[in-house]
Amino acid sequence: MSGHASNYQPKSAFAKWFHERLPIMDMVQGQVLDFPTPKNLNYFYTFGGILAVMLVIQIITGVVLVMHYTPHVDMAFNSVEHIMRDVNSGWMLRYMHANGASMFFIAVYIHMFRGMYYGSYKAPREVLWMIGVLIYLVMMATAFMGYVLPWGQMSFWGAKVITSLFSAIPFVGDSLTTLLWGGYSVDNPTLNRFFSLHYLLPFVIAALVGLHIWALHVVGNNNPTGVSVKSAQDTIPFSPYYTVKDAFAIVIFLMFYAAWVFFSPNYLGHAINYQEANPLVTPAHIVPEWYYLPFYAILRAIPDKLGGVIAMFGSILILFALPWLDTSKVRSGNYRPIFKQFFWLFVINCIILGFAGSGAPDNYFLSHEAAPPDQWALTYKLVGQICTAYYFAHFLVILPLIGLLETPKPLPASISDAVLAKSHPSTAHVPAE
Amino acid sequence: MSTAEHAETNRRDFLYIATGSVAAVGAALAAWPFINQMNPDASVLALASVEIDLAPIAEGQEITIKWRGNPVFIRHRLAAEIEAAGKVAMTDLKDPLARNANLPDADPATDANRVVGGKEQYLVMMGVCTHLGCVPIGNEGEFAVVEGNTKHGGWFCPCHGSMYDTAGRIRKGPAPENLHIPQYAYLSDSKIRIG
Repeated sequence: MSGHASNYQPKSAFAKWFHERLPIMDMVQGQVLDFPTPKNLNYFYTFGGILAVMLVIQIITGVVLVMHYTPHVDMAFNSVEHIMRDVNSGWMLRYMHANGASMFFIAVYIHMFRGMYYGSYKAPREVLWMIGVLIYLVMMATAFMGYVLPWGQMSFWGAKVITSLFSAIPFVGDSLTTLLWGGYSVDNPTLNRFFSLHYLLPFVIAALVGLHIWALHVVGNNNPTGVSVKSAQDTIPFSPYYTVKDAFAIVIFLMFYAAWVFFSPNYLGHAINYQEANPLVTPAHIVPEWYYLPFYAILRAIPDKLGGVIAMFGSILILFALPWLDTSKVRSGNYRPIFKQFFWLFVINCIILGFAGSGAPDNYFLSHEAAPPDQWALTYKLVGQICTAYYFAHFLVILPLIGLLETPKPLPASISDAVLAKSHPSTAHVPAE
Repeated sequence: MSTAEHAETNRRDFLYIATGSVAAVGAALAAWPFINQMNPDASVLALASVEIDLAPIAEGQEITIKWRGNPVFIRHRLAAEIEAAGKVAMTDLKDPLARNANLPDADPATDANRVVGGKEQYLVMMGVCTHLGCVPIGNEGEFAVVEGNTKHGGWFCPCHGSMYDTAGRIRKGPAPENLHIPQYAYLSDSKIRIG
């Protein structure tokens, strides 16, 4: 990691002997305990720690569930019911794993929006941000394959629809889909390989998280002012200050998580997934898990198969270009009055996109009633199309333009100045409003 | 070591590139079995054909059978459905190709090219929406033949709203192609083999 010389002094003879052979305690002291961290991080900055905890919980519950699960089309569904009814605490472990995925995504979305608001993707943190986007992509693949394993109706048809996306690719699409399936439809070979990859990918995520933290420790944390650390006075050691703050946030988040697991374990799922997969009957209404809904709405917004697939993948890949699409030099949204408003519009737009992906395309928005064909109506599809246009406009038009047109508020001279201005307004330089 | 001292390419550069190329080709060759193992295996390929007796299917009735893990629709069409399919102008079709595995790829999507001559009443096709693979619902959609309150023929995909006409041709919605017709042949007057 980066060149922070830590103050580690091996105390015992054994520690000295070990240090000369593997200086890991030196690294723990320099990168974890003493790591200089901006002193003004708020609770939105605790979600990185929360995500690390969720990854560990998912891996532990997952490894345990595998001890009772059978990856075969004839037995998978029953083995999940076996976990729910027969295995000691099986119901709790499975509900922790299933709801844990949702909690993981709630935390990652807050973490990503936080990065967007405070401009954490800007120089010199572009690589840090891009590794984050990569982690998000692998997370989506992992969660998708995990959802297929119980082999319910929604598992099967979700798998069929998502893998069929690849058949839109010109020329090689059909052979690629056959390769993914290992047959002519989603079947036992598909279930087996999804199981294998679902077990593998979390460890890939763990490795990427290692790179993400490494990149973070090279450039240091961003902070709510967006102003770079200028002196040692702007920072405090990570431990005990942020270990305690993160631990407190983690406990609160775990309470929120436990509330889902114990009081509403199936709310975020679909009842029809308690019906075993039937390759001959598609359920009347198939939708992905809530965390994919905005992207599903984008897929459906484009009335062309290949176009829809390109738009959907494009909506995620565009995040890789975000550091260069935002032309403003000011990082934090706190000092960007116009950006701030468009940021919240973007958040609202993403939420509406989620709703747009949840209903039948030709029904009236937020209703179960079908709209008359060939006549203007505010349907799920139309709302999805408007929000898809806005989603791309935000990145391709609005962000580049705001950077050029907006006059940011004056930035504080340093993090310490901003902190003092808050607690002792008279003693520090106050930026003119 | 330094390219500044030896700006010209020499034998050593050639050896580096040659060694690297051989290693890259070797790695690609070694990777192939690891990719190809994902393709359909012998047991999947072995489930390649199925025989069906059409006689019990009444006029206006449709059955679904499973072939290679996918549903196949076999519909005994009403005269009105055949007539409706025949009347569609080729310019109204979103996909002009027959998509019939028994005919050349370039054949147009006329109703006659979607069935076997003399057996126009039996429409045999994959029950797999060409959009994202859902199973369309029969006797539904805007292109069914309507008699009173009943719809005959036509398919509607519940996933993303694609609609197919009484010959299984895509007419509306995001699906790009007509429902595919698998390879099949009549073994006798009323018996077919798919695959």
